[in-house]
Amino acid sequence: MNGSSTFRLVLCLFVLVALVALPVFADATGQPALTSLATRILIYGIAAASLNLVLGYGGMVSFGHAAFFGIGGYVVGILYQHYAAGEPLFGFIPGSNQLLVTLPAAILVSGAFAALIGALSLRTSGVQFIMITLAFAQMLFFLFVSLKAYGGDDGLIIRRANEVPGLNMRDKQTIYYVCLTAALVFFVLLWRVVNSRFGNVLVGLRQSERRMAAIGLPVYRYQLAAFVISGMGAGLAGALMANFMRFASPDMLHWTKSGELMVMVILGGVGTLFGPLAGAAVFIILETVLAAWTEYWQLGVGAVLLFVVLYTHGGVQALALRLAGRRA
Amino acid sequence: MTLFLEQMLNGLQLGVMLFLMAAGLTLIFGIMGIINLAHGSIYMVGAYAGTLVIGQTGSFLLGIAGALGAAAVTGVVMEMVVIRRLYRRDHLDQVLATFAIILILNQLVTILFGRQPLFVPMPPLLAGSVELLPGLVYPVYRLSIIVVGLLVAAGLYVLINRTRIGMLVRAGSTNRDMVRALGVDIRMLYTVVFGLGALLAGLAGLMAGPILAVQVGMGEQILITTFVVVVIGGVGSIRGAFFASLIIGVVDTMLRAYLPGLLRQIMVGSEADALGAGISSMGIYLLMALVLLVRPKGLFAADS
Repeated sequence: MNGSSTFRLVLCLFVLVALVALPVFADATGQPALTSLATRILIYGIAAASLNLVLGYGGMVSFGHAAFFGIGGYVVGILYQHYAAGEPLFGFIPGSNQLLVTLPAAILVSGAFAALIGALSLRTSGVQFIMITLAFAQMLFFLFVSLKAYGGDDGLIIRRANEVPGLNMRDKQTIYYVCLTAALVFFVLLWRVVNSRFGNVLVGLRQSERRMAAIGLPVYRYQLAAFVISGMGAGLAGALMANFMRFASPDMLHWTKSGELMVMVILGGVGTLFGPLAGAAVFIILETVLAAWTEYWQLGVGAVLLFVVLYTHGGVQALALRLAGRRA
Repeated sequence: MTLFLEQMLNGLQLGVMLFLMAAGLTLIFGIMGIINLAHGSIYMVGAYAGTLVIGQTGSFLLGIAGALGAAAVTGVVMEMVVIRRLYRRDHLDQVLATFAIILILNQLVTILFGRQPLFVPMPPLLAGSVELLPGLVYPVYRLSIIVVGLLVAAGLYVLINRTRIGMLVRAGSTNRDMVRALGVDIRMLYTVVFGLGALLAGLAGLMAGPILAVQVGMGEQILITTFVVVVIGGVGSIRGAFFASLIIGVVDTMLRAYLPGLLRQIMVGSEADALGAGISSMGIYLLMALVLLVRPKGLFAADS
């Protein structure tokens, strides 16, 4: 093991310890809001890292990932509503309020939608792919707006967060630790995917689809598989978000949400494992600070984004590295 | 029958508006290789500038000048300050930079005009209705939108196929590097094309004023529909943009007009209305999916 990877391992462990200790620290300093902030960062971190798999590693610029995020949220919401009303969905699927049921269901359903949307969108590439993923996400947005049975425009309120046997899910700290566990499992799996043969093929596809096709790889199938995995990750994040907010609404699928996820990816650094998590942290903190300061926080976010895109090559991570390098 | 014709005209009117947007978007992409999300923002700037000038002076003609001027200036400034740095970048950077422009412009407009939608009075000259056929009465304003849209389409056709600028545009969309190598001032050409696209978007925004509410976010609404048009028509093809705009305009209008009624035949009224509204707003996206299955590059792809 060389020096830089030892350093990374130590850094990861340090961040992990800090994340585990964070709620205790937040309570001790009398700032419980910090825990909620960190929960949101973890959830968006999962969503952004999922997007990064297709966007950063695979070079497929999906502008519709909020769709899978929203579907994940709605699966939790709809299952809860049927559980509360006691009537099965479509007449045969019983509702549920068990997290260990709803999370896998959310992941599966968003994966299925990702397979459908991906199968169509991946017939194109480049700029058309961007437009098409955006359009499909917008279509699902309109679908959920028109579903009056599930709240339509107003969204779907989930009275109580899903239950996990042995845990008190009404406690925000518990939810934080549940999200942290989910994020941990997710990032370990993602790390395995990225460093597998499959991950290498993905990077190869970003560099040159033609070359990968020339050495005999089924390009379309690899891209679709990555797209489905990515959609599943976003669905997981959406399901966690619905539990955290106890609310699922069409806003989760709005196209600006897709944009925000992309912003997180680029802020953190495209094509890095933990970059999106850092990007999510930067974005959420920036949003929170600016929103507390002025009603017009989007102006600040826009300006920062424009600066990052035009003048930093590789996001905040790269900028920090370069500044550090200049000083040294 | 007259109702059907009236809906056809409504569809045509939506279609030409979409064409004004799609022509600019597809030109900018075809020539400059830029995906410009902020195209909808220029539409919004046009609408707001027009509203402001009409409100101040009471003259629709001055409003036209104001809207076109503001849109063109916004476009050219945008091109020189931001877009120019993005030609050599990948699509991801272009999407993000133009997304940032959307956030900034939307927020600026909110600061200047507030969140309340503004309403623009019809120009008095075009306020009435005419009887096109016995029993078919149609508002003059909507009719003039159709006429203006078709005139612009014809003008663009002449500009692109019969003039020197148009020749450069066509050459640029086929092989950018070759045009540059032949000594054409490509920067100038880019600015002209971008300005032209902005002008068309501003015109669309201005004309939308009296029939839609002028509000923040109006640009993104039409932008996403415009993407559908561009994808169906084939990216980079003006001819494709024209036909796809009309198809989308008519299909969308017809679905919204007739689907709830059809559904009411087979289900309860309120449910039929909700479902009908849902399916009709999804209709154009389903159409897009269908076209993609048959022709992944769009109906009128510029190059195969």
